[in-house]
Amino acid sequence: MTPLIDKQQPVADEGTGTVGLGSSVSRVDGRLKVIGQARYAAEHFGADMVYGVVVNTSVAKGCIRSFDLTEALAAPGVLDILTHERRPKIRSLGLFYKDMTAPSGTPFKPLHDEHIHYSGQPVALVLADSFEAARHAASLVKLFVDTAPHETDLLANLGHARDPKGFKAGFSPPPKPRGDADAAFDAAPVKVEVEFHSGVEHHNPMEMHATTVIRASDGHLTIHDKTQSPVNSRWVVSHVFGLSKDKVTVKNGFVGGAFGSGLRPQYQLILAVMASLQLKRSVRVVLTRQQMFTFGHRPETWQRVKLAAERDGRLVSVVHEAVCETSRREDYVEVVVNWSGQLYRCDNVRLGYQLVELDQYSPIDMRAPGAAHGVHALEVAMDELSYSLGMDPLELRLRNYAERDDNKGLPFSTKALRSCYDQGAERFGWHRRRPEPRSQREGRELVGWGMATGTWDALQLFARARAVLCADGKLVVSSAATDIGTGTYTVMSMIAAEAMGLPLESVSFQLGDSNLPIAPIEGGSSHVATVGSAVQGACEKLRRALWKLARARSGSAFEKARWADVEFVQGAVRLRKSPGHALSFQELVSGSGKPSLDVSYLMLPNVLKQRKYTRATHSAVFVEVKVDEDFGTVRVTRVVNAIAAGRILSAKTARSQITGGVVWGISQALHEESLTDHTLGRFMNHSFAEYHVAVNADVPDIDVIFVEEDDRVVSRLGAKGVGEIGIVGVAAAVCNAVYHATGRRVLSTPITPDKVMAP
Amino acid sequence: MNAFEYLAPRDLAGALHGIGPLLADDSLGSPTTPRFIAGGTNLLDLMKENVLRPSKLVNIDHLDLHGIESLPGGGLRLGALARNADTARDPLVLARYPLLSAAIQAGASPQIRNMASNGGNLLQRTRCLYFYDTGVPCNKRSPGSGCPAIDGLARQHAILGTSEHCIATHPSDFCVALAALDATVLVQSAQGQRRIAFADFHRLPRDQPELDTQLQPGDLITHLELPPSPFAGHSSYLKLRDRASFAFALVSVASALEFDGQRRITAARIALGGVAHKPWRRVEAEAELIGHAPTADHFARAADRLLEGARSYGSANRFASHGNAFKIPLAHRAIVRALEMATRGELSNTGAPSLRRTPPHATTQGAQP
Repeated sequence: MTPLIDKQQPVADEGTGTVGLGSSVSRVDGRLKVIGQARYAAEHFGADMVYGVVVNTSVAKGCIRSFDLTEALAAPGVLDILTHERRPKIRSLGLFYKDMTAPSGTPFKPLHDEHIHYSGQPVALVLADSFEAARHAASLVKLFVDTAPHETDLLANLGHARDPKGFKAGFSPPPKPRGDADAAFDAAPVKVEVEFHSGVEHHNPMEMHATTVIRASDGHLTIHDKTQSPVNSRWVVSHVFGLSKDKVTVKNGFVGGAFGSGLRPQYQLILAVMASLQLKRSVRVVLTRQQMFTFGHRPETWQRVKLAAERDGRLVSVVHEAVCETSRREDYVEVVVNWSGQLYRCDNVRLGYQLVELDQYSPIDMRAPGAAHGVHALEVAMDELSYSLGMDPLELRLRNYAERDDNKGLPFSTKALRSCYDQGAERFGWHRRRPEPRSQREGRELVGWGMATGTWDALQLFARARAVLCADGKLVVSSAATDIGTGTYTVMSMIAAEAMGLPLESVSFQLGDSNLPIAPIEGGSSHVATVGSAVQGACEKLRRALWKLARARSGSAFEKARWADVEFVQGAVRLRKSPGHALSFQELVSGSGKPSLDVSYLMLPNVLKQRKYTRATHSAVFVEVKVDEDFGTVRVTRVVNAIAAGRILSAKTARSQITGGVVWGISQALHEESLTDHTLGRFMNHSFAEYHVAVNADVPDIDVIFVEEDDRVVSRLGAKGVGEIGIVGVAAAVCNAVYHATGRRVLSTPITPDKVMAP
Repeated sequence: MNAFEYLAPRDLAGALHGIGPLLADDSLGSPTTPRFIAGGTNLLDLMKENVLRPSKLVNIDHLDLHGIESLPGGGLRLGALARNADTARDPLVLARYPLLSAAIQAGASPQIRNMASNGGNLLQRTRCLYFYDTGVPCNKRSPGSGCPAIDGLARQHAILGTSEHCIATHPSDFCVALAALDATVLVQSAQGQRRIAFADFHRLPRDQPELDTQLQPGDLITHLELPPSPFAGHSSYLKLRDRASFAFALVSVASALEFDGQRRITAARIALGGVAHKPWRRVEAEAELIGHAPTADHFARAADRLLEGARSYGSANRFASHGNAFKIPLAHRAIVRALEMATRGELSNTGAPSLRRTPPHATTQGAQP
């Protein structure tokens, strides 16, 4: 059957034509987005829809004694109010709430019981026949709580740090110590010891988390959810509510950013489905910006890095310890310290990673989870060491260049980091840098140049893709992948178009539907290497099917054509040696006796090969800042980020990923922090007015270089993935540039004016 | 959405009538008191956050208060409904009060400046994190509930004119320039018209932090009057903030100087934003400068005087302060820098056009008595 193409399906503009992999193409979903046709989770409608507004508590810990719902229930338009005492019966076993990326422990269960675990916890869902009525009634809900003492302060609780109890997908615990890092540190002639603190950050994609549940007359639920995986959301809904998979479809065709906040289904999904089952109607629940601060966040992190070197700069000791916050319900873990045993050559390494339980919601992965903090600390410490040695920071890194990953004792599948250093430094003009701090000045401003290394994993997971070639010569490829604005629609279309020799506009890539062939959660920079490889594999199957159809044409020039004799160009199979002999895809499909050619391909990573290598992306970031030290104001005026991330398949969207990462790195360095009032146990700057991200005026032109790299271990496409690597190292380079400008080392982020201004 | 009564009168009389009848316990410190609405750029946010729940909104946008006109003698009258953006671009404002234009352009975003009215700008509420969150105590929002900012997150908060009940700041940039320029606020109510000197318009929190201004319920700001200014050639708006745009001031300084032929200061104005419940001025500090050359020493002396009694608040951990102690030296340096900028005729640090770059001894509008 030919899959239906609806008007929500992004396709390249007519006339785009043939585009090679690696070229620069505007995103195929761009038009739908800018003309407002792309529908996000909160923009779908069901007949007779009910609107839900969440009520959250501002108590950090305690027990709900009672509700007074009299006034709220009497408000015009109100249909019902769900609380832990007034909800449909649902499963209570924690296991059912575990999604595909859940860490060990028991997930938060919305409206489950009277216990309050964190400030901002949802305690009621008001349901009304309009959003306005529901929001008004939500303000009338009265809650009576017995409060209990809470702890939200990581630094005050470092003494309670303990080892993580369990693991989660994508996490590897720190490797065992090698050599004797502490003895080597003590004996070394040059050493630095630095402590770091990073506060909580919240993801804050432009699109708020939202769920629209459309209930069909037979009870089937079509759920438009803001998620990084429709499969993951369906999994959780099925389990929590005991609904078989065929009764639930989850869609997420357009996602307005997520950055990790959509890796786990969030509470609005559970609440919206709960309401739909209770009222047997379609329901929409949209969180407010303020409520975006009431679930996962990047964890508050304390770190200590000790580095020691010989006088020639060779590292002899690396000690990196981190203590991160988690909730009392789950052990959220991320890779913070392992990078320090992998990025540089050193025989004596000791890495430690511990958690402190606090009365918070569980943290959740945020762009380059772990590396954003861990590599920052390492790279700032390396900068500090370079000054202790009197050595150029870049020279220090080259002196300790790791040809192998000594954490695992494995070679890298590819590692073009040297090219990143060379090309980045050249573009930036690093050789003109004067080594002493405070040595460059322009008018009232001190000028500083800093650099840092970045690294991130190159992951490949498994996925299935389906490719359907229709009788009109159009190709429809599908997989339950997600495009959170990263360019998935675009790059998958490009991969398929190139594989089939079709103009880009003849290809549609369908994603964002739990009924499509399985794809992993969009995260960890793995989608291109994973889903892209599945798409390429499916297209290869299709090419073989077309070749067989061509051979089956008796009397044609293709009858004896071997696989190597044919090529696929401009929508036709043709003989390499005789391009005049061509059979169009239309002819072949029409002649096949079927309405379309339909193949499916399951891409399984070659684990046996991959396990022999450490697979990673790398970067070298160079930053210029200008600092008015009377006021401590820091301006980032230049950024060069040189990236080694395998083969770049879609130049424009890949560059956008790196640019976005750099912008966020500037934000991490200078602006972002969710400020906690520990007396209240509550994040207080929960709005875009007060939670600062970099604005246009804070961001200079960003120069992105992709160095030559092609990695057929990570993926058959040669690609690695660019979602994360763009942010890693940026904040460290900013911090290092601020030091070079001012001679002041700021050891906590964000680097706000009060921390930089002259005493 | 909370239910409220809504009126959109065609004229001033209709607005003043429409806002009533007011009850004895109506106060502008109460969340439910009827309010006028113009651009709504702050009021609607506060209603969405449930901080304000007016029983009635009277939309005054149809009133004929959008004009900007010259006054006899060289002053200017700004309509309360003239948009911030239009005011900043107005040729008369640019020529006579470039400081005002610079201050407006340092605030908010172009979208907000296009909506926000001049009168409404005076009435915007503090950006204190606790004031905006109905889940926590705040004496300004809920008198008597306490002030968590004093020992909590106080980076944005006041160092001057505080009370044990409230350390909030007034967030406006526009008002800091109006204070420096000695503006007058024209107010109309059912009882008649009043003129309020700008220095008296906003109040300090004392024991009634819920009240930001001298206005009474039913009062409508109709105009702002600016007296003739000798400062056009030597004024400056310096704004320091956590990011380059779209952030409220940590500290801002509106400064203005007038010089005689010997390059001595004959008149001076210094107003601070981000440090108090109102734009902060002290005539004594300005008097320190009169008769002196524009040197850093004299500027520092004025800064000392202006910041007398400053104190800090807030919490800290061993890596970072969440308090505002940094604001005291920051304000001091900002005052000196702003006066240096005014001396040079450098109008702003925020990208607003620098209109005059003439040295103080050259002939300019402001240099000759």
